[in-house]
Amino acid sequence: MTGFRVKHGMTKCNMETLTEGFRKALSLILNLDKELLGIICLSLKVSGLALLISTALGLPIGALMGLKRFPLRGVVVSFMNTFMGLPPVVVGLFVYLLLSRSGPLGFMGLLYTPSAMVIAQTILAFPIVTSLSHSAIVSVDPIMQQASITLGATSSQVTLTIIGEARYGIMSGVIAAFGRVMAEVGAILIVGGNIAGYTRVMTTTIALETDKGNFELAIALGIILLLISLSINIFLHLIQKKSMIRTK
Amino acid sequence: MKLIVSDIWKSYNGNAVLKDCSFSFDSNNTYALMGPNGSGKSTFLRICSLLEEPDKGEINYFSGENILKKDIGLRRRITLVLPKVGMFNTTVLKNVAYGLKVRGMGRKEIEERASNALEFVGLTHKRDQNALTLSSGEAQRLGIARAIVIEPEIIFLDEPTASIDMKNTKIIEDIIIKMKEQKGTIIILTTHDIAQAERLAEKILLMNEGKIISIPPF
Repeated sequence: MTGFRVKHGMTKCNMETLTEGFRKALSLILNLDKELLGIICLSLKVSGLALLISTALGLPIGALMGLKRFPLRGVVVSFMNTFMGLPPVVVGLFVYLLLSRSGPLGFMGLLYTPSAMVIAQTILAFPIVTSLSHSAIVSVDPIMQQASITLGATSSQVTLTIIGEARYGIMSGVIAAFGRVMAEVGAILIVGGNIAGYTRVMTTTIALETDKGNFELAIALGIILLLISLSINIFLHLIQKKSMIRTK
Repeated sequence: MKLIVSDIWKSYNGNAVLKDCSFSFDSNNTYALMGPNGSGKSTFLRICSLLEEPDKGEINYFSGENILKKDIGLRRRITLVLPKVGMFNTTVLKNVAYGLKVRGMGRKEIEERASNALEFVGLTHKRDQNALTLSSGEAQRLGIARAIVIEPEIIFLDEPTASIDMKNTKIIEDIIIKMKEQKGTIIILTTHDIAQAERLAEKILLMNEGKIISIPPF
């Protein structure tokens, strides 16, 4: 019976904490709290940069995989597809070992810096952008390539045309990768160290503040993360809706 | 002579489709290439328009220049309208403008020439519509507009009226007749319809055992 009472008491307490947390979180958001804004900005900066680098690398490689025939192409495609599901903590561990003082890239002094976080997130986003770009490009009807050749396009113009035709699929891949890195916590926690005002981003702050019992900041960031996720999904939906015209 | 095809051979998986295929096409003429399915008509057109390479042989046109050199300047003087047009996922106007854009033409000239080509095939009212929403007959007309806008010296039309209704077939035939009268290009088309071949072409050719033979007028 005691056990039930304790459990009931804790639930009541948690509900109050949650309500109070929400109230304070909204106040933080509405008052544009400086610490909150700093964390959001760093999150967007790190993930945005990682996305930019992974797209700059992944899109041409995805296009190459989709348009050219080369030895072991199937193996490369399979590897890329597998790497889409890379566990963030494993990536974090790998980057940590590379950048730690005794590691091969330790001399660069990047561990526990935003740059290390960008590297880790780039590794996570790159296979997603590459693999989904490849899928989008191979799903373009081969007739499009022939049509552009017959209309006088050079081989580089043909490639750009095919990438243009695959644009909605590619954009979906880029947005999916952004969603993945924005929500990721394991890798950046390991390589960034969660240093306040320097490497602390939304997800790592949520983890830390929850541990400390400071729910208001965690909830405020959770709401913002959800809003970002919702925006990403709405955008994805709009892209998919626009690309649906192809199948009509 | 404007297009001379000499001793072309082409095989797929050991099956010879074109065997020592040769023919000379005169300028300002329309040719209808006929023959049963699998006789090599489309392969012949695809080779002549550089979509595929022959195993052996030579194609010379315009003062003896060998088309197989893959010179882009030379290639841009010919075009092929595929049976399945392959429309780009953009507006009808931008589809027509594509061939001009890849040639680096100015925006104003592109707009003017593309609009004229659309008027030629009767698709002006659809210019701002997404090309993927067109019916199959309209799509075929768009394919022709994309081809004529680049003012090629040779146009290959691979089954331009296959799988479209009678009304659109008539419209496309009228466009081809208008092309013959106004554009002065060599038109080489494939068809299964002998009546259509007679309506559109000065010369009817038969593809038989991988070779082209000329049929005398009926």
